[in-house]
Amino acid sequence: MSEQIDTNNADTLARFAIRLGDDALILGQRLCEWSSNAPTLEEDLALSNVALDFLGRARMLYGYATQIRGGSEDELAFTRDERQYENLLLVELPRGDFAYTMLRQYLLDAFEDLYFAALTQSTDPTLAAVAAKTVKEVDYHLRRSTDWIRRLGLGTEESHQRLQNATDELWGYVDELFETDTLEQGLIKQNIAVDRADLQTAWCKRVTELLSASNISVPETPWQVSGGRRGLHTEHLGHLLSEMQYMQRAHPGQQW
Amino acid sequence: MQNTHTDFETQFERKIDAEEKIEPKDWMPEAYRKNLVRQISQHAHSEVIGMQPEGNWLTRAPSLKRKCILLAKIQDEGGHGLYLYSAAETLGVTREELVEALHEGRAKYASIFNYPAVTWADIGAIGWLVDGAAIVNQISLQRTSYGPYARAMVRICKEESFHQRQGYEIMVKLAEGNAAQKAMAQDAMERWWWPSLMMFGPHDAESAHSAQSMLWKIKRQSNDNLRQKFVDQTVPQAEAIGLTIPDKDLKWNEARGHYDFGDIDWDEFNRVVSGNGPCNRQRLQHHVKAHEDGAWVRDAMSAYAARQQPNA
Ligand SMILES: [Fe+2]
Ligand SMILES: [Fe+2]
Repeated sequence: MSEQIDTNNADTLARFAIRLGDDALILGQRLCEWSSNAPTLEEDLALSNVALDFLGRARMLYGYATQIRGGSEDELAFTRDERQYENLLLVELPRGDFAYTMLRQYLLDAFEDLYFAALTQSTDPTLAAVAAKTVKEVDYHLRRSTDWIRRLGLGTEESHQRLQNATDELWGYVDELFETDTLEQGLIKQNIAVDRADLQTAWCKRVTELLSASNISVPETPWQVSGGRRGLHTEHLGHLLSEMQYMQRAHPGQQW
Repeated sequence: MQNTHTDFETQFERKIDAEEKIEPKDWMPEAYRKNLVRQISQHAHSEVIGMQPEGNWLTRAPSLKRKCILLAKIQDEGGHGLYLYSAAETLGVTREELVEALHEGRAKYASIFNYPAVTWADIGAIGWLVDGAAIVNQISLQRTSYGPYARAMVRICKEESFHQRQGYEIMVKLAEGNAAQKAMAQDAMERWWWPSLMMFGPHDAESAHSAQSMLWKIKRQSNDNLRQKFVDQTVPQAEAIGLTIPDKDLKWNEARGHYDFGDIDWDEFNRVVSGNGPCNRQRLQHHVKAHEDGAWVRDAMSAYAARQQPNA
């Protein structure tokens, strides 16, 4: 029976890699939308850099999943439906204005900084290696988004108001960052995955400090939405996927 | 008017004759400076406007690998825009002024980007043909007489050859694919071939700025020469993957050692240059909108920077 257990574990591990890949792919796709739309040419290129990091991370994680259970990265990206994607809701939300994009980025960067640092200690060597590479990228993302939060929060009345609006809109999606389901709990027990709940205090402290230093108030009404990990998404994901998957759906099984 | 040469003029001409680069601090005739600002800024705007047709496929690229390659390519083009704006700024203009001239229709960009990228094969055709044509021109501009422009070209050429290869690779994959993919590739070939040839501009005799630019060594090779070079290098590439070039007059001329090819539809060329291409309005409006949408961000940047200055 030990083979049975190993197979289950392998499948769990693959699903875990895929959902982390989903987070990266969906945000990478959203960031692509900024190309030739950014406020400066320099920022256009910087957003592309960040998008490339996320897309590259998705490919590493999907690649690991396909090593475990076969298939291809493109099958994972382009042939799964909304209900099969397990990304966080936060990353699928439409790009909004620049303040919204940067706040979303900051909230996630601050989380990923803690998360991937911890994941470098994973007992799974591949995940630990992906995390080690990701930590360096996140360091750059977080420095950038931190700067932008300060600039927008303390810049002009308009930029401050837009950043405050973004905070009010996005705050309800942050709890999901710290939720752990049974799939991850199993992996946490084996020290393969990281317990997200352990990171919440440090994250809250860091984020509220920067936001208040940037004159942004954190919403007090406790609303929160989640469901991404169960494949229960916002209505936005379907549109993102139909655009992203169009070619593979129209010409199934072709090489490009 | 007396035709007296100043020491400055003599010095300038000596440098041009000796193939020495003119540098930003050197004296230069006002017309030389103006000609350069026009050409370099047009080149910079082309890099930036060219991000749009390719960006049209970024969110729909058919594989993750292609998406990453395309995003990196578009990012390179934006980077080329930056190098070129910096080169233009050494001539005493600001990027803001150049962008304003673009928005007001006083500055041009490459007319090729006024055609739409309607299928995925267009991304292949743009990389292969449009970047391919751009490289031929840019290689020759590595020897242009203005130092900062020549150096920007050297950096740019290194990246352009990747773009051309990746575009061709897209076409190869399509040509190896199923009937729909092959048809997509051939259709793109038909739509992009002539506009790519038009990228080299009018025949030498009709080119408004050519003669003076050649004398000043801003331009190093004639439009027709460069166009011939592009045709000669591209025809065998098309043949290798079974694509038909839409020109019944195209054939190898043993005596000349070059391909003969049919004449460009200059009415079409003039139509698109003068604003009647399928996307002229769209491209400009897109650029203006992104610029206006970003105004509050740029304001915030400068307000924040001003606050960070001590005693400000
Ligand atoms: Fe370029
Ligand atoms: Fe290029």
